[in-house]
Amino acid sequence: METYYKPEDLPKFEEIGKEAQELATKFFDYYGAVFSEGELTEREKSLIALAVAHTIQCPYCIDAFTRSCLEKGSNVAEMTEAVHVVTAIRGGASLVHGIQMRNIAEKLSM
Amino acid sequence: MSPEAIIQDSNSNSEERSSDIEPFKLTLYRHGLRLEREKTSTLQVNVGLLCNQRCKHCHLSAGPTRRENMDQETAEQVISYAERCSFGVVDITGGAPELNPYLPYLVEKLSSLTAKVMVRSNLTALNDGARDHLIELFREHGVVVVASFPSFNEAQLDSQRGEGVFNDSITALKRLNTLGYGRDGSELELDLISNPTGAFLPPSQSQTEKRFRQVLRERLGVEFTNLFSFANVPLGRFRTWLKQTGNLDSYMQRLTSKFNPCAMEGVMCRSLVSVSWDGYLYDCDFNLARGLGMGGKRIHISDMAGPPEPGTTIAVADHCYTCTAGAGFT
Repeated sequence: METYYKPEDLPKFEEIGKEAQELATKFFDYYGAVFSEGELTEREKSLIALAVAHTIQCPYCIDAFTRSCLEKGSNVAEMTEAVHVVTAIRGGASLVHGIQMRNIAEKLSM
Repeated sequence: MSPEAIIQDSNSNSEERSSDIEPFKLTLYRHGLRLEREKTSTLQVNVGLLCNQRCKHCHLSAGPTRRENMDQETAEQVISYAERCSFGVVDITGGAPELNPYLPYLVEKLSSLTAKVMVRSNLTALNDGARDHLIELFREHGVVVVASFPSFNEAQLDSQRGEGVFNDSITALKRLNTLGYGRDGSELELDLISNPTGAFLPPSQSQTEKRFRQVLRERLGVEFTNLFSFANVPLGRFRTWLKQTGNLDSYMQRLTSKFNPCAMEGVMCRSLVSVSWDGYLYDCDFNLARGLGMGGKRIHISDMAGPPEPGTTIAVADHCYTCTAGAGFT
């Protein structure tokens, strides 16, 4: 079935440089530097990336960082907790806007 | 041999090959590499395929119904070979070596011939209530216990090794610690082997060791000496699982994409010879699983005057990508 998202497209990511190589090189160099060991371990960075991938709901990122998390030594329980963390933040971000709703409602109401 | 001949040879000699990957032999040819023996310092003894577990990643498809087990005559031939060769290390593996009745005999004799004797244990066979004498024997002879322990996550470990194996393994590790194994300052070495619990590659060994040490100590009160993380080899039951789950091609591609020519220096087959339960020799335990004899030949241990000569060609196939992926397999 035709679909906009194809798993075989993920390894083609670097082809994005074909018409704008200089920008792509800068991006991929930066990307590589971000995910290498620093104050945070590579494992911790992959967990953050996995969580964010769920927030932006990117199937490519979820695919890539699920594998990355496993290969960096995280287990599924840890990965599931990471997804709950971003879910809580995302849900909380919606809910906290309820205060705005209440403020406006209060102003408009008798 | 030309590249075309290598491809033809790989296709005709191989197990059902995974599609879309370059034959390992051709990769070596392309990089101008040859895989040859150095001085052989380790004798690996596979005492049989009988095991009390049926782990999903087992490259030998070992299990409770396997009947291949080393007999006394072959055990004698192994001891005699070790006498002739003066190996630095003897590495006893299986199946579950604990289930071979000649293991105590092998340990006693080989300990007097070799500086270091290692026994690979799945932990549950060692601590099943019927083998206390073995733990005592290991301690008495300073045998290194190399224990399979892929994850400190119970669900993940049990999914690879069987239900309840996590808790039984922790009990066994604590018992070994009580006897002095794996303790700081102790000469009794307890090493852990961590294989990935699926179709993915292992994490960095040093990071994994650090994390396992912290978690096992703080959460479970377990100590160990070293941890080694190895990739799973696409043979036996693991290969079947890869096929059944549609992961075989992507796993092989993952291994080939991580081919590291520098890892060739440290691969174990350059310094190890493996003997199977029936006395035949192989370049490693994976070639044993694949039925690929030492140097591509069928040679019995009783016919060997000494260790394999340095410079001898090592038999290879596509599963060899496992040992050359990333940092390699030691």
